[in-house]
Amino acid sequence: MNELDASIRIAESLSETRHEVSIDIPNPVFTLNGVSVYYGEYEAIRDVSLDIAQGEITAFIGPSGCGKSTLLRSFNRMNDLIVGARITGRLAYHGTDLYGPEVDPIEVRRRIGMVFQKPNVFPKSIYDNVAYGPRVNKTKGNLDDLVEESLTRAALWDEVKDNLKKSAYALSGGQQQRLVIARCIAVRPEVILMDEPCASLDPIATAKIEDLMHELAGDYTIVIVTHNMQQAARVSDRTAFFTAEVDDAGERHGRLIEYGPTRQLFSAPVDQRTEDYISGRFG
Amino acid sequence: MSMQTRPDSDFNPADLGQQSNRAWDRVFMWLLFISLAIGIITLVVLLVYVVTKGWPRLDLGLITNMPSIRNPEQSGVQSALMGSIWVIGFTAIIALPIGILAAIYLEEFSKQGGRFQRLVEVNIQNLAAVPSIVYGILGLAVFARALALGQSVITASLTLALLILPVIIISTREALRAVPRNIRDGSLALGATEWQTAYRQTLPAATPGIATGVILSLSRAIGEAAPLLLLGAVTFVTFNPDGMLSGYTTLPIQIFNWTKEPREEFQVLAAAAIVLLLVILLAMNFVAIWIRNRTQRRW
Amino acid sequence: MTIAAPQINEDELRRSLRQMSPRRGEAIMRAILVVAASVSILTTVGIVLSIVIPSIEFFSEVPVWDFLTGTVWTPLFANGEFGVLPLVSGTLMITAIATVVAIPLGLGAAIYLSEYASMRVRKVLKPTLEVLAGIPTVVFGFFALEFLTRVVLVRFFPSIDIFNALSAGLIMGIMIIPTVASLSEDAMSAVPSGLRDGSYALGASKRQTATDVVIPAALSGIVAAFVLGISRAIGETMIVTIAAGLEPRLSFNPLEGMQTMTSYIAAAGAGDLATGSMEYKSIFAVALLLFIITFAMNMISIRLVRRYRQVYQ
Repeated sequence: MNELDASIRIAESLSETRHEVSIDIPNPVFTLNGVSVYYGEYEAIRDVSLDIAQGEITAFIGPSGCGKSTLLRSFNRMNDLIVGARITGRLAYHGTDLYGPEVDPIEVRRRIGMVFQKPNVFPKSIYDNVAYGPRVNKTKGNLDDLVEESLTRAALWDEVKDNLKKSAYALSGGQQQRLVIARCIAVRPEVILMDEPCASLDPIATAKIEDLMHELAGDYTIVIVTHNMQQAARVSDRTAFFTAEVDDAGERHGRLIEYGPTRQLFSAPVDQRTEDYISGRFG
Repeated sequence: MSMQTRPDSDFNPADLGQQSNRAWDRVFMWLLFISLAIGIITLVVLLVYVVTKGWPRLDLGLITNMPSIRNPEQSGVQSALMGSIWVIGFTAIIALPIGILAAIYLEEFSKQGGRFQRLVEVNIQNLAAVPSIVYGILGLAVFARALALGQSVITASLTLALLILPVIIISTREALRAVPRNIRDGSLALGATEWQTAYRQTLPAATPGIATGVILSLSRAIGEAAPLLLLGAVTFVTFNPDGMLSGYTTLPIQIFNWTKEPREEFQVLAAAAIVLLLVILLAMNFVAIWIRNRTQRRW
Repeated sequence: MTIAAPQINEDELRRSLRQMSPRRGEAIMRAILVVAASVSILTTVGIVLSIVIPSIEFFSEVPVWDFLTGTVWTPLFANGEFGVLPLVSGTLMITAIATVVAIPLGLGAAIYLSEYASMRVRKVLKPTLEVLAGIPTVVFGFFALEFLTRVVLVRFFPSIDIFNALSAGLIMGIMIIPTVASLSEDAMSAVPSGLRDGSYALGASKRQTATDVVIPAALSGIVAAFVLGISRAIGETMIVTIAAGLEPRLSFNPLEGMQTMTSYIAAAGAGDLATGSMEYKSIFAVALLLFIITFAMNMISIRLVRRYRQVYQ
């Protein structure tokens, strides 16, 4: 797929600050049409329309408070767990409305895994952390093999194979985050959502996670939220830039400003605000 | 006093020292300390008093002998001790599952801030402060008479279970709340259901905190006497319970009975039984604190 | 050895986003949890019904007004009188003594722990106060009668009754110090440290900061602690049953014995009463009055606590 050939259309509405951005992506995993997420009365992110490509790494970047994590959490219905959170618009997964009446959020989360900002390993052994998902999902097959495969895939096997019964808390932060990724892989998801997975890690551990993401791309569709523009530039195929806008009532809402192939968005941004952000003028 | 003088020209380094009008501050602090000390001194005097008073009867016979009205020197608390163990055993069996499950529901399942949750919450806060004698009325009317369980171990246990339920629920909720949100998120994001998450993650992680709360609430039940006065424990009992419909007495009730006896020997006996009761409670408290300290976890 | 992500077949997927299994276990567990949470509501309903039903029978024979204003309580007599005022006055007298002890001492202890004590001192003193809260009331009753009355008070007041309101009230006051102290301290700890810093920055001393800033800011929580402490004193049974005597007496002399609402219930209920008798029913009428009073105070306290939580959290 030639990224640069992907056509970009930007339709500017009457309001100066509104851009509608879309890219033609064949056979997208997620299709968002006018998605807004609310916490109670507050609209955290407003009117997002974009497609997520299969088998690629898509990065969400933007200043804090732009709603990118909120949006990510609506991809596997984690926002359902927050009281007062609701979504409007249409968020489809392979054409099925994720918020449709027939859809079960637990089945959704088995398809769409998530890695969090802080490595949230369970207070159990390394083995039990990885085996947790298959156990609760009652996956058939040899658990030992699955644990080994998942840890291998997450580039952690060699470091922990002799200590599988040790508490996961004994691992370093970077190892813990790879354990969380292994735990996620063990459920055999199609998509892995990553919410600032390197925010609490040092540069060496970060580099390992980034290598791992490259390894996993292709087999998995990855959506990563990051504060770090260099990280987005290094790992992602496509990048969506969000920012927070203040409306007439003085409330801040996250908005999607620009979405495109990463190389293009960083080298030739269409929108002035994107350019300001990636050149470090704000954010 | 000339206003033209620049303020700093009047500055005397000694002014930074303590001013004399700070004396009242010291008095105030000492008054506060004394307020605290009076409670603690009373506690110490109480402990010293019961130990010295009960000293002559702090022997093995206290535990192995049955209570006696005629022979205070030969009297012991065996039936009361066994009664307390039976009653508290059943209290724990009844109150623990209900209390812990109710707490899980309120903390992990119910819609936070929903109407049912708020109703239950206010209700529990209120129940926690209802006088214990009122629970005795409930036990008398419902368990002893309406359900015809009579003046039995199980009537006492059911009543005490309801009495400590609010305490168990409140402390279990606190323990569950101390488990970080991201453990639950991690589990749910792997496709676990709410019950799987509660049962496999939150509950095990909260177990030390729950255990501490449960032990403290049971120690409250062991010392409780007022509701049992209405539930038949006052009758003179010289046998150990042999089942849940058996008659019974308990340690606090036996102490109460002896305080009513005019002869001094019975007061000595009461003091000795108090020491035994306090030792049991202290041991339970130590276990609770030990569990809390041993498993303090850094998330 | 790699795991390829499963190839997505649209139809298969649409099916799989639906609930795959009925998850009956989950539904059953949820039902069990709701039942467990409902037990507390059933308890309240049970308490209200078990008190109110016999009380209605009682009040069909004794007019409510006579009950509330009568000054003679002689339920054991053949033509017994059921004027509850002697029990109410006994309760109020002992509660008043307990309040006079517990409120200043509890508040003082709370201010000391919250504003003055170092971390190390707190770590020792707070659990000690909790031990005080864990002493069974029957032990306090024994201590009030055997030590405070017989050893101490008789020296100062030779005419004192062996069963008297004073010793019961004093010990009850000591007993509720931890309640008052720990709830007040919670309220004071919830006051943001910025308020204290602001006060210190203006040159205020610790005492001025405590009395002029922290206490006013924590007032609703402190009042809630007082109300709850008083409610506990009103509902306390064993200390008064053991140390204050069982004689209903409309008196304001704390050196005399008195009966309270709770000790009447305990004493009358301990006997084997015939279910239909007036004496049996009178227990419930007194319990109803006790329940209404403590319920009202608890609700006031819960409201006040909620108020300070809303302000600072």
